[in-house]
Amino acid sequence: MKIGIIRFPGSNCEVDCLEAWRVAGQDPVMIWHQETSVKGFDLIVLPGGFSYGDYLRTGAIARFSPVMDDVVTFAKSGGLVWGICNGFQILTECGLLPGALLRNAGMHFVCSPQYLRVERNDLAFTNKYQEGQIIQIPVNHGEGNYTIDDEGLAGLKANNQIVFRYVTSEGEATEKGSPNGSRENIAGIVNEQGNVLGMMPHPERVVEELIGGVDGKDMFLSILEHWERRTQRGA
Amino acid sequence: MLKANVTVTLKKSILDPQGSAVEKALKSMKYPVESVRIGKFMEVTLAETDKAKAEEMMHEICHKLLSNPVIEDYFFELEG
Repeated sequence: MKIGIIRFPGSNCEVDCLEAWRVAGQDPVMIWHQETSVKGFDLIVLPGGFSYGDYLRTGAIARFSPVMDDVVTFAKSGGLVWGICNGFQILTECGLLPGALLRNAGMHFVCSPQYLRVERNDLAFTNKYQEGQIIQIPVNHGEGNYTIDDEGLAGLKANNQIVFRYVTSEGEATEKGSPNGSRENIAGIVNEQGNVLGMMPHPERVVEELIGGVDGKDMFLSILEHWERRTQRGA
Repeated sequence: MLKANVTVTLKKSILDPQGSAVEKALKSMKYPVESVRIGKFMEVTLAETDKAKAEEMMHEICHKLLSNPVIEDYFFELEG
């Protein structure tokens, strides 16, 4: 599988993503943000970090990086795009995903393990999980408070676009379960077509027991499984 | 040379945790304050000298980059 990880000035989770993909048996390529084409890739990852120092708004400047024009074209033609943390913020800024990510409701930067509920397992990104499965993935952000207006939220629900919700250890999507005040405890969403996913938590940090857990690994294996199935069908 | 003074604020419907924290601080200092909202101020010095063109351009700039229309409102004044 040909995987490209975009590196913006200020990205800092791109090597974690690279390593996580290596654990899954793949060998991704780093793509500098000044490149202008993502042609030939099967998946584009927008990693976490602080692109452009979070100046102005998180993701606001990265979204105008030269490579992003082609990432948008790639996404619109059905290519898989996966934005994690700052990558999610960039995806909302460039309009590939609805809503926006605001300062955490409690004003604190949060960096901790977090329980999530998998709301959908029929996606390229989540087919290895069970629907309703509770997984533990760390969060690490100051601006993860997902916001969307009533109309937008109704659209997300109607199209079944909510993929992950923050929950308590008992699996309840209550205020107590949320680290940042996100609307409806939303931690990750997908576009209507299901090929662009944005999430605040960091699955790339939990792919080996040695570093504290493996709950994120199935996202990598899901994408791989999806790609293998599609390739077999195509062959 | 024209200068644009741009103010970007969170939409009224969006909670502003920074503003709330400052509001609480002011109240604890016993000031008769109702509420505080925090925004951003930007000065943009333009290479454009035609006022009408500058205004049009500033709307475009504000819409595309300086504000996020999903969560923010903007207004600006041209000077000079």
